[in-house]
Amino acid sequence: MAVIEAEQERGLANAMVPALGRVAQVKKETSDTFTLAVEPASAEPLAGFQPGQFSMLYVFGAGELPISISGDPQERSRLVYTVRSVGKLTQLLVSRKPGDVIGVRGPYGTHWPLKAARGKDVLIVAGGIGLAPLRPAIYHILRHRADYGRLIVLYGARSPRDLIYRRQIEEWARLPDAQVLATVDYGGVAWHGHVGVVTGLFRYVRLQPFHTVALICGPEIMMRYVIWELETRGLQPGDLHISLERNMKCGIGFCGHCQYGPNFLCKDGPIFPYHEIRSWFGKYEL
Amino acid sequence: MVTNLPAIGTQFLLDAAALAPLIPSLERRGYQVAGPTIRGAAIVYDTLHSLDELPAGWTTEHEAGTYRLKKRADDAWFGFTVGPDSWKRYLHPPEARLFAARRDGQSFQIVEENAEAPRWALVGVRSCELAAIAIQDRVLLGEHYGDVIYEARRRGLFLVAVNCTVNSPTCFCVSMHSAPPAEAGFDLALTELVEGPRHRFLAEAGSRQGAEVLAELGPAEATATDRREAEEAIKKAMGGLQRSMRTAGLREMLYEHFEHPRWEDAAARCLCCGNCTMVCPTCFCTTVEDRSAVDGNGAERLRKWDSCFSENFSYIHGGSVRMSAKSRYRQWLTHKLAAWVDQFGSAGCVGCGRCITWCPAGIDLTKEVAALWEPAGPPRNGGHPAPGPR
Ligand SMILES: Cc1cc2nc3c(=O)[nH]c(=O)nc-3n(C[C@H](O)[C@H](O)[C@H](O)COP(=O)(O)OP(=O)(O)OC[C@H]3O[C@@H](n4cnc5c(N)ncnc54)[C@H](O)[C@@H]3O)c2cc1C
Ligand code: SF4
Ligand code: SF4
Ligand code: FES
Repeated sequence: MAVIEAEQERGLANAMVPALGRVAQVKKETSDTFTLAVEPASAEPLAGFQPGQFSMLYVFGAGELPISISGDPQERSRLVYTVRSVGKLTQLLVSRKPGDVIGVRGPYGTHWPLKAARGKDVLIVAGGIGLAPLRPAIYHILRHRADYGRLIVLYGARSPRDLIYRRQIEEWARLPDAQVLATVDYGGVAWHGHVGVVTGLFRYVRLQPFHTVALICGPEIMMRYVIWELETRGLQPGDLHISLERNMKCGIGFCGHCQYGPNFLCKDGPIFPYHEIRSWFGKYEL
Repeated sequence: MVTNLPAIGTQFLLDAAALAPLIPSLERRGYQVAGPTIRGAAIVYDTLHSLDELPAGWTTEHEAGTYRLKKRADDAWFGFTVGPDSWKRYLHPPEARLFAARRDGQSFQIVEENAEAPRWALVGVRSCELAAIAIQDRVLLGEHYGDVIYEARRRGLFLVAVNCTVNSPTCFCVSMHSAPPAEAGFDLALTELVEGPRHRFLAEAGSRQGAEVLAELGPAEATATDRREAEEAIKKAMGGLQRSMRTAGLREMLYEHFEHPRWEDAAARCLCCGNCTMVCPTCFCTTVEDRSAVDGNGAERLRKWDSCFSENFSYIHGGSVRMSAKSRYRQWLTHKLAAWVDQFGSAGCVGCGRCITWCPAGIDLTKEVAALWEPAGPPRNGGHPAPGPR
């Protein structure tokens, strides 16, 4: 019927069928978190991505998961993922060996507003594995250093042994015009850094309202406290960007699982300017 | 080759007997035909080879949590309203294979599922059901991605609509702007007129294909009297609707009443069985299931209907987001009647009443909405246990 003919142009490619990616490298970050580099396993290249976007990764016969892309957006030959093993599928993913092939769909979702942030200071606040989707933004800023003001990275993890990208964090901290601070919930004797929640780091940074864009990813409760702190310090709700997490079965707006009020996190999110979703954010059992 | 096709949008008159070639004519065009028929104690949708399989002379009694077949005084073919099935089962199947894969050393190969989609001709599609199909079109033929399973079935579809001249106490299509007569979205539309031994249909083509099929049935142009008779029959049925829903401002009201005592009240009755989402002609949610062959070398991914009433639906590491029945009932109702408007430009409810009839606890969304229109009252403590700063 007529309605349908207009759709014909889009073709009947099955968006639920993954491309094949070969695991090229597996790097241990912590006892439960691994970074996988994935290269195309066929002649077809894997699609490029914007910092903050995610893929759906498929393990043969087992299932499929949303995982953020954590690598350098400039690096076109491979896609990098950092996965924390918390259950059956993530355990299978982190135990892939070089040469193993997985399915890759995407990239999907919204991205960090790196264009809008030009000329401003960028504050990055991450909790735990939440640093993974932020790392591409850091790569981008470091590559286009003159386009941005100060880079501030505040990162919280459970313990020193749970800090991911540790060597890189130390490198970033040595760069001029960058302030990089980590905190842990439980320190231990060898830890000389900060102990406590990530909001405890705000007292060490100077933030310029109207001149700072904040990119935030971590557990919802942590993001709630971070937003509260930042608003108290005069940052504008439109300058705060958060990445949200919900169950996802398709990544493309069909399965209904990722609904968050009127939003589908897979296509309207996972990254939102805070002012767009503030009426939903923090609602219990939304 | 037919030269003089019946004009689209013009009403024609057919004796019931003249409709007999309809199914053969559709089958000759390569369609598989499905329509209402009696199975067990319900009128369901199934493959039809002859109009004799229609539930002639039967009607259905509906109330919240109640459904019963009953003999009619006449031999009407379509003298009942919607049953437990919806056409969703044909367009957005309860289970479909996304792909199969075969292991190949460390790698695997995708064996795409390219099974030819059946071309269905659906007979007896009510106007609320046409509205539901139009809604699923907006959901599943998305801007950037189309759902290929739906799209392949939808493209080949032939729709024979039937304008209701009866209603059930559970219907509220008038409130949801999906009431008959059907104006568009069909290939052929019928209105049944039964008066003692006189059994006739008014027929209207909505597409060229529809006109071609109609031409084969030997139609005569309907007189003004015939047309008036049909209009009256529809109007009478719609005038008698017992349920309604206040829809102006409904979206805003539901967003504002995210915390409202009625949610707890409904949750105390709700069994979270998900029946309402399964029978609903617009609910589209699905989950995926992975299967692998015993030798470990073959795998397939299946897509299955899912329901926001299940606890797993919102599971993320650490626990489900919607643990309480209250939050799940609220998700269902708020999605259908509010969020859907933001997402797809209309409510996700056509007022067919299935969720009312097939709720084992007899929960009636029109009553729940009416109660939700009442002021929420002072905020209650359980409402916002957010431990963080606000
Ligand atoms: C947009 C997005 C990006 C993500 N990026 C990363 C990342 O970069 N690194 C990382 O380690 N994790 C990431 N996650 C979380 C990751 O998807 C879950 O940890 C993972 O699904 C858990 O699956 P499991 O089988 O190991 O655990 P289980 O707890 O056994 O989960 C069982 C099933 O529930 C579903 N599920 C569970 N948790 C989630 C979840 N949080 N989100 C969606 N579905 C879930 C999945 O279908 C999963 O197979 C991301 C989640 C989202 C939504
Ligand atoms: S919500 Fe109920 S009345 Fe509305 S379309 Fe679905 S089943 Fe019909
Ligand atoms: S009401 Fe529930 S099952 Fe139906 S479409 Fe909405 S989220 Fe999906
Ligand atoms: S993940 Fe399926 S709709 Fe968003």
